[in-house]
Amino acid sequence: MPDQLLFAMEVTLNGLMAGVLYSLVALGFVLIFKSSGIFNYAQGVFALFAALTLVGIQNGQVPFAHLINSIFGTNIHNFGWHVPSVIAIILTIGVMVLLAFLVERYILRHLVNQPEIILFMATIGLAYFLEGFGDIMWGSDLKKLDVGLPQGISETVETVTDGWFGYGFFIDKLDIVATVIAALLVAGLTLFSQYTKQGRALRAVADDHQAALSVGISLRFIWVLVWSIAGFVALVAGMMWGAKSGVQFSLSLIALKALPVLMLGGFTSIPGAIVGGLIIGVGEKLFEFSIGPMIGGATENWFAYVLALLFLVFRPQGLFGEKIIERV
Amino acid sequence: MKLKLASMVLAGVMAAAPAMADLVFPSLSYRTGPYAVNGIPFADGYADYFTLINARDGGVGGVPIKMIECETGYNTEKGVECYEATKGEGALLYQPLSTGITYQLIPKVSADGIPMHSMGYGRTSAANGKVFEWIFNYPANYWNGASIGINHILDINGGDIAGKSVALVYHNSAYGKEPIRTLEELSKKHGFKLTTIAVDHPGQEQKSQWLQVRREKPDYVLMWGWGVMNPVAIQEAVNIRFPMENFIGIWWSGSENDVIPAGAGANGYKALAFHGVGDDYPLYGDLQKHVVDAGKAAGAGDQLGTVLYNRGLYAAMLAVEATKKAQEIHGVAQITPAMMRDGMEALEITEASMAALGLPNFGPEISVSCESHGGAGYGAVTQWDAEAQKWSLITDYGPSDMDVIGALIAEDSAAYAAENKISERCN
Amino acid sequence: MIYREAGDFKTTYKEDSQTFPIKFDRWGYYVILAIAFLVIPFVINDYWANAIFVPFLIYAIATLGLNILIGYCGQLSLGTGGFMAVGAYAVYKLMTAFPDVSMIVHVIIAGLITTCVGVLFGLPSLRIKGFYLAVATLAAQFFLVWLFNKVPWFYNNSASGMINSPERTVFGIIVTGPNTSAPAKYLFCLIFLVAVAWIARNLTRGSIGRKWMAIRDMDIAAEIIGVNPLTAKLSAFAVSSFFIGIAGALFFSIYLGAAEVGEAFGIQKSFLILFMVIIGGLGSIFGSFAGAAFMVLMPVLLKNVLVGWMGWPTDLAAHMEFIIVGGLIIAFLIIEPHGLAQLWRLTKEKLRLWPFPH
Repeated sequence: MPDQLLFAMEVTLNGLMAGVLYSLVALGFVLIFKSSGIFNYAQGVFALFAALTLVGIQNGQVPFAHLINSIFGTNIHNFGWHVPSVIAIILTIGVMVLLAFLVERYILRHLVNQPEIILFMATIGLAYFLEGFGDIMWGSDLKKLDVGLPQGISETVETVTDGWFGYGFFIDKLDIVATVIAALLVAGLTLFSQYTKQGRALRAVADDHQAALSVGISLRFIWVLVWSIAGFVALVAGMMWGAKSGVQFSLSLIALKALPVLMLGGFTSIPGAIVGGLIIGVGEKLFEFSIGPMIGGATENWFAYVLALLFLVFRPQGLFGEKIIERV
Repeated sequence: MKLKLASMVLAGVMAAAPAMADLVFPSLSYRTGPYAVNGIPFADGYADYFTLINARDGGVGGVPIKMIECETGYNTEKGVECYEATKGEGALLYQPLSTGITYQLIPKVSADGIPMHSMGYGRTSAANGKVFEWIFNYPANYWNGASIGINHILDINGGDIAGKSVALVYHNSAYGKEPIRTLEELSKKHGFKLTTIAVDHPGQEQKSQWLQVRREKPDYVLMWGWGVMNPVAIQEAVNIRFPMENFIGIWWSGSENDVIPAGAGANGYKALAFHGVGDDYPLYGDLQKHVVDAGKAAGAGDQLGTVLYNRGLYAAMLAVEATKKAQEIHGVAQITPAMMRDGMEALEITEASMAALGLPNFGPEISVSCESHGGAGYGAVTQWDAEAQKWSLITDYGPSDMDVIGALIAEDSAAYAAENKISERCN
Repeated sequence: MIYREAGDFKTTYKEDSQTFPIKFDRWGYYVILAIAFLVIPFVINDYWANAIFVPFLIYAIATLGLNILIGYCGQLSLGTGGFMAVGAYAVYKLMTAFPDVSMIVHVIIAGLITTCVGVLFGLPSLRIKGFYLAVATLAAQFFLVWLFNKVPWFYNNSASGMINSPERTVFGIIVTGPNTSAPAKYLFCLIFLVAVAWIARNLTRGSIGRKWMAIRDMDIAAEIIGVNPLTAKLSAFAVSSFFIGIAGALFFSIYLGAAEVGEAFGIQKSFLILFMVIIGGLGSIFGSFAGAAFMVLMPVLLKNVLVGWMGWPTDLAAHMEFIIVGGLIIAFLIIEPHGLAQLWRLTKEKLRLWPFPH
């Protein structure tokens, strides 16, 4: 096989893997949008906050150490213990549930029935708040995230493909793990929403708030539930990305990677987030590979958006989004 | 409510009233935002050195140093705000640690007559003191860095790299583009093949770039990265099993923060440097005694001995030495920004003077003059030892190819002079 | 007592439909204009100009522009930063190509160039709506930033890709470059702001403004009653981009003096201006001013209070700033989702009845 074709195949495979990571972030958006019509801009910051909390708990950091030290003149930084990953993850989930509860209690409850843009703005406010809060709580230095996720080139894939084509493909082990986890997550969420009482309630709320209320479904509970799940998805996304780059501020910018995925897949569709992520991942990597060198590279940031834009011109509600029916 | 707000604004701004009894060094730091990881250690080192001078020597020439810290978040607008807020306090020297803010301030400080020192960053052609009266960038600049990197590759290969290939992975911004021109010139001169690979801000996702490296198999990779781009690039390089000893970062891509996340795989990664690493210097004893143990350390006080902390320390040390020089030239203790510039232009850092400060062999020897604001452009190479978790210098401070760089500097500064109608000085 | 229509008789239609029908408002407006033009230029210093007034004036222009698009025409856009970059680079190319032409002309032409780009990126709005459109305008944001970063022609082939604004004049007075005096900077921006606000006010209450609002309130209904969505939406994009282009041109040439596209005109800028629009109040001229003032003043104020007065470490203060700004945005939305403009309206209502509320 010609080299270029092999390279293109390798790029496509890696694009698929990257796409899964984008989908993970996009999933959080979709869950919240579906159930409450809120475009949650804070999802990226959620991922950062979750990852910071996870590392903080793991390393036994004292929360707000810097604040306490500068007010009381003390010098405390660390409890001096090391929490095992599993317990730390569970504790972090607890923190995210608490966060979801607080968001519902202090923000959403007061903003029922407001226009979409107001809710969107509120989440931007929340993003600002959490950015500052997370940094004060855990400090803004770089933290290494170590929950035992494998990293590096997968030798198996390399040897196998080398045997087949005479060129070993590069696949990151972390990406493989991420794909598996994302698949489990989606399967889990689908099962949850199809076969449990809460899941059915969730779908009912997504369909029609008022009808759901009138049959006795508690909107508040559903919101807390959904935001908790979104927090959990954010934690998973934060772990995957944090393992790559360490946990620090830029982690919150991954939200920007998820937006074109949402456009493409539709804001309301979980399969849409997955398929959209894969298309974006493959599309941007292939574009960078084939056209990028001719026009100077670094095209990935905008290509995803332009691709999504072109898609939307032909299908304004996204790939799997609900058709918008307008009545006067 | 409105009135209250207005009066609070007024009072808030008035709080910044001038006080001329100290030597004022503003520190435009960034402890927040996407580059906080790099900004914190530098700001800590910068602050701690001044604290040490005040605590141990009672200031410079008897006048205490007042450092005003102002948070920029690596944001140019906040940089402007910080500049305007601090310049009224009699600021003697600006060190913004951001190429963007440096560019912003070059015309402003030139108009206001306040020196600015962009140590190893900023506008490279500012090394030409004939055009840039108030801007300094000793001991080395990006173009020196590019050349030192290539020199190191030359050394490894016994002086001949014709036919070899070098890839530059760079931050797609003013900062990252700086070395390209120099590298293009050097590639003509030495006959190596240069590929440039851009990484967009922030650089969280670099799979495409490193797959390209993997496909094209360059012999060496140079990196101009900053912030999160560094650890991700090193991690990806480890992933594709690029030989770490052939991967050389600029001095901004060579701190602990950049290599630690990649773990053991980063062993052998190289980075350029223009100052010493680690805390094995007599000065650290004083720091421990007067600053850390006295509870006056800046920030969390946990950055001592890191690369960027040392860089902050070094920047402050050069500022203090220039102040001493200025006091010596003008015979007054309370110097003005103009005197500070004279001091910087007469700055001589020798082996002996560094040893006297408790930092023996900490940096290259520097001699600044009216014509040359860039120093000699010497630099060294450091290497990361993942086992011992520390950097070590593996070469001496070596020269860069001033034939190539000098011509480029002259060209670029002449363009600036023509654009801004500046006539050359120092004649 | 003083603030009421009673006794303020109108005898012509013109008087009846003027912008400030209440005498007290009208006088207030004249007084503010007089202070802005006749008092502030004489007392302003570098700090006030560069840290507060000039950014406020420029952001107010951009906010007006975005408010026309979002507040009046209902088209959510997140491409503001990109459009500002178009204005900035246009003015840079013009300044360097025609050094002798007055800056006023340059800024206006830069605005017109941005208009063309804005209309082009406004085209998808004919098919895409709501958040999908918002995200689609992000394509403009990222693509434009990439373009200006990548094509050396835009930055005159400088080594680093930075653009620097050279010294240019208006009627012999220096308005750009480092030697500009604070009053010159301030007045130059103020003139543009007043002109833009005047245009905006008169457009929005005329037939074109009504068309925009009809589209905003329900586009299908508007179409049925004979509003052409094509011209209405694109004209909103055009006017909005024109203002934003002017803001971008001023932002680079007057305020910053040197800029790097990714940093100065990145996505953060788009969000910042969106904040200003929403905090100020959608569909309100006064709100645009209030929103811009709030978002410019708040961080400076917080910084001065926390660092200057309370002596906090700068990083804690900066984090606190995030928390407070975020908290305030949420609090605002909960208390008054229609922004500062609505608060002002309520205050005025109260004032009319005061001191006899019943």
